[in-house]
Amino acid sequence: MTQDIYVVIEHLRGQVAEISYVMLAAAQELAKGQNGKVVAVLLGKNAQGLAGNLAADRLISFDHPGLADFTSDAYQKVLAGLIQKDQPRAVFFGSTSIGTDLASVLSIRLGLPLVSSCRLFTPEGKYVSQICGGKIMAEGELPGPTSLVTMVPGGYKPEQGQSNQSPAVTQGEVPSLDSLRVSLKGYIEPAAGDVDIAKEPILISVGRGIQNKDNISLAEDLASALGGVVTGSRPVIDQGWLASSRLVGKSGKQVKPKIYFTLGISGAPEHAEAIMGSNAIIAVNTDPAAPIFNIAKYGVEMDLFDLVEVLTEKVKAAKAS
Amino acid sequence: MPERIEFWGIPNTWGSPAIYVYTLMALATILLVYRFYQRARLWWRVGRPEVRWDHLHVRIWRLIKYAILQTRILGQEYPGIMHIALAWSFFVFFLGTALATIDAHFIKILQGNTYLIYKFILDTFTIFFLIGAVLAAFRRFIRRPRRLTLKPAFVWSLVLIVVTVLAGLLTESLRLAVEKPAWALWSPAGWLVAQAWIASGASESTLMNWHVGIYAFHLLIVTVLIATLPVGTLLHILTGPLNVFFSKIDRPTGRLAPIPETMNGEPVYASTLRGLTWKQLLDGDACTECGRCQDVCPAFAAGKPLTPKEVILALRESLRQDGPALLGKQEKQPLLVGERIKDEVLWSCTTCGACVRECPVLIEHVDAIVDMRRYLVIEGRMGIELQGALENLGRYGNSFGQSERMRARWTQTLEPKIKDARKEPVEYLWFVGDYSSYSPTLTDVTLKTAAVFQKAGLNFGILYDGERNAGNDVRRVGEEGLYEMLVEKNVEVMKKCSFQKIVTTDPHSYNTLKNEYPTNGNGHRPVLHYTELLDQMIASGQLKFSKKLGYKVTYHDPCYLGRYNGVFDAPRRIIQATGCDLVEMPRHGDRSFCCGAGGGRIWMAEGEIQERPSEARIREAVKLDDVTTFVVACPKDVTMFRDAVKTTGNEQRLAVQDLIELVYAAL
Amino acid sequence: MNIIILVKLVPDLVEELTVDASGAALDMAWLRLIINEFDDHAIEQGILLKERGGGQVTIVAPDVEGIDDVLFTAAAKGADHLIKVKGDFSAGVNNHALARALATVVKGLQPDLVLTGVQANNDIDGALGPLLAGLLEMPYVGYLSGVAIDGAKTKVRKEYPGGLIAEMEVTLPAVLGVQAAEQPPRYVAVSKVRQVMKTSTIEEQSASPLDPSGGPKISRMFQPETGGRATMLTGTADEVSTQLVGIFKELGVL
Repeated sequence: MTQDIYVVIEHLRGQVAEISYVMLAAAQELAKGQNGKVVAVLLGKNAQGLAGNLAADRLISFDHPGLADFTSDAYQKVLAGLIQKDQPRAVFFGSTSIGTDLASVLSIRLGLPLVSSCRLFTPEGKYVSQICGGKIMAEGELPGPTSLVTMVPGGYKPEQGQSNQSPAVTQGEVPSLDSLRVSLKGYIEPAAGDVDIAKEPILISVGRGIQNKDNISLAEDLASALGGVVTGSRPVIDQGWLASSRLVGKSGKQVKPKIYFTLGISGAPEHAEAIMGSNAIIAVNTDPAAPIFNIAKYGVEMDLFDLVEVLTEKVKAAKAS
Repeated sequence: MPERIEFWGIPNTWGSPAIYVYTLMALATILLVYRFYQRARLWWRVGRPEVRWDHLHVRIWRLIKYAILQTRILGQEYPGIMHIALAWSFFVFFLGTALATIDAHFIKILQGNTYLIYKFILDTFTIFFLIGAVLAAFRRFIRRPRRLTLKPAFVWSLVLIVVTVLAGLLTESLRLAVEKPAWALWSPAGWLVAQAWIASGASESTLMNWHVGIYAFHLLIVTVLIATLPVGTLLHILTGPLNVFFSKIDRPTGRLAPIPETMNGEPVYASTLRGLTWKQLLDGDACTECGRCQDVCPAFAAGKPLTPKEVILALRESLRQDGPALLGKQEKQPLLVGERIKDEVLWSCTTCGACVRECPVLIEHVDAIVDMRRYLVIEGRMGIELQGALENLGRYGNSFGQSERMRARWTQTLEPKIKDARKEPVEYLWFVGDYSSYSPTLTDVTLKTAAVFQKAGLNFGILYDGERNAGNDVRRVGEEGLYEMLVEKNVEVMKKCSFQKIVTTDPHSYNTLKNEYPTNGNGHRPVLHYTELLDQMIASGQLKFSKKLGYKVTYHDPCYLGRYNGVFDAPRRIIQATGCDLVEMPRHGDRSFCCGAGGGRIWMAEGEIQERPSEARIREAVKLDDVTTFVVACPKDVTMFRDAVKTTGNEQRLAVQDLIELVYAAL
Repeated sequence: MNIIILVKLVPDLVEELTVDASGAALDMAWLRLIINEFDDHAIEQGILLKERGGGQVTIVAPDVEGIDDVLFTAAAKGADHLIKVKGDFSAGVNNHALARALATVVKGLQPDLVLTGVQANNDIDGALGPLLAGLLEMPYVGYLSGVAIDGAKTKVRKEYPGGLIAEMEVTLPAVLGVQAAEQPPRYVAVSKVRQVMKTSTIEEQSASPLDPSGGPKISRMFQPETGGRATMLTGTADEVSTQLVGIFKELGVL
């Protein structure tokens, strides 16, 4: 039993996911208060090269061909063994496609408490989680002696989880990976869109508030006037109003444009976490309590249909002069 | 003495001409009846039963008005005159032949002056007919208006009737040329043509031979005409009047029928023709393909795939092709919806009722479309936007997806507070409606309405968050179950209130509350649109204006207020009372052109369009010189037309105002 | 193919959410409970699988207010059996307790496949699906936007950020967490649901006393701070647009 904080590093196709750095940052904060160390846990095949800039005191690496790509059964097996043996104070997982496949099952399997959607820790070491689309926060003591935690971005800057010094590496013993019930068959690349929205500096993003496919032209007009590109949140793509290459969100692209201008987007966590790195978020929404206003630099509480055409005209006029 | 000679100039050499004539006519009639029966029986064998024999006196009056006097056809000048020239003439010819038969076998009436007048009328109508024929030919071959079906079958019919009449005229002229009676001028047309024969110098026997020949030809042509009537385009002679006779009476245009059920209580949907009533199948066969409905349809004008004409003709085509199969016992019954009539066609309808108003044979297009939509809804076949709106209506009672608690948010700034009709008795229950309550662009208009009511000293209240969408358009979309649910909720709340009358802002709520909501236990209380109420209050002096606005305005009759419920004058009187000058658009009154939002269209994706109906309407208004204000009386109209003014670039030229705004300004 | 779908109700985010007097729970007064959107997708996916490959679909849900309507709607879409599990759910339970309550019922049904939404907006201790998988010792894969049955296995499409999809194979029986069904949840007419209410019945099963261990204790619930909020621009559309143009210029895009 230790006071160490273990962080399960997420990586996909040779890249460390940003959430891993956020978790390391959180772990650093928490570990300070607990007098524990931050231990990064990396599963993969020849993945140690990824460990270069992790802000951890040490790294446990599980290197095995069967771990080259994430599959829930294999990773669960390895982590179950590790957690049972080391019994750290807490184990952090990303609240992601990878992390959520692991944390809950391990909670039951190992009989360990689980706190999900955790955003940050208070100086006293309490967890603060977000629920109900980010509208409500829940706070409490982090259960002991060992807790599992899934984390969402937003509480810490990824830079805080990065470091110039690579952590010291120990090799973990990989248990037998036979009779796995989940196997990877292959990856399907996303459809190449006409634009890579992650590279565009100006994004005009539409949400459910745009109401139907025809109204998207209003956003297109504004985008052309400003020299930007139209993107959308999940409901818009699910309805088929925009191509999937334009999806901004947890399952879509993470973007950090100069201007992220939203029309009718509420700012639910799955979307918010994908735009958090933007330089300036400007949000238009009729609901003053919309969570987007908590991360936006500027907000307009107005019906987008009342604003957008007037704005497009003014932008055109400004460009002309 | 002038008298009619039966079978003049027809020899008895091969037996009495009467035998030939009556035999041929009998054969033709038998063929007519038989083939007509074959057609007609599909209506009641395939279609559902429905009672349409009630109110005989109304039905007979309708026959006179629409089938004989043909007032609807006369609504358009050129084709109106053209058609009555052809149709009335044939009525006269038919009567003439009937009189001749009576004269020949029963009572000798056609003699002396009676005979002369008889001849004169027949001849005049012959000329009238021929003028009509020329008009028809010109229209069909030269003018070629879009709404007509320019198929050979119609040409064949025109040729048939023209040849018949010409043959008759020639026969008469040949007789006159031989007889040269003193009263020949009483048959001016025949006598004129007779001059040609006389001038030709042909001998009497030659003329007599020609006479027999053309007479026989005329007889044959008439036989063909009668025998082919049920399978040609002249079928409308029978089906048109039938359709007029059986048109719906007891339901005002604004009331739809509930979903029919089988004896076991299973609902019947119009997936195949069997789901429609016999009358709806008759609609298909009564259609003359005139296309007037198409001409006034806003969806068609916008370039959507819907034309009411094609929908009705699809019913006819289906009955013809699938009728026999539908009567069989096979597994796979041919589908109507999806195959003969595409989903998109049905969803394009705004239910404005212009087609129903125009149709000369009183076809009821909207009811059939709604019946077919009911099938689409039960199958879940609809666009995702409409699905979202219906889900919101089901969960929150409004299409905006906002909580019920937000419905009365617009009242928060008001002092004094509007009475809560759920808590205290009021005289007028003001049913505000979804758009007026939830749409931010309309809050201003709703507040003005409240202010006007208050200033006029009206004792009124609202249901606050107890109100739900009245359901008019939910019903027109075909979601009958959701409609019933909304009605239940509204009635439940209203039952606990104490009020005398209902007043609504929205004509759609007005229509369903007035015509379709169940009468409550204590009798059906009057439902008024606010224009009716204000009109009453102005007349009684309760509402007075302090200024004359002096704007030059035009007024757009909302479909559900005007065409469906006949409220045209009240809003106009109000406009006058505010001191404004009203200039009518060409399409006004019951010919008003729909804004395109009805029938649930405002909840659906626009899709591919060429020109929005609302934009076309604004362009119509802008053509009126000096008119600065476009006045409406429906919140959806406000929304649609304000948008259209922007998109057509007419913001400097025309302002869209709800009538209540004029009233408010003039108080 | 025996398909079980787990459904739970969550707070409707359309309503304003407030914290109750205790300061540690949601105020239930104005709370409207609606079906978890992802569970709705799970139902759609389950019905699609049944339509394609045959089988039976059973919906299992905790007995809370409003659940009957949700169950009947699922039946109207094509679900064969409806089960509601009775227990003391009124005060709100965490997913560990819910998973334990449902696990015995689900086990008894001997499922080939268990589908449920990948998450719910009121999850505080992980999602229901993977917790149940742990209890039933079945494999779990979540964030799925496609499920196909292939004999004794199932092929799934798992979503990763950036639109990347991983195709995985899972041996049955398994629990799957649905992110999105292969088509949007279908519309079912109100009259159809009403019809189904007359002909279908909801089976009731009891849950053993609820055991919430494994979930965290919540000492405080609150609405997030408005500190760091956006600078709100006010005025007419015209005025706001002018301000925005100024901001665009400041940011160097105009």
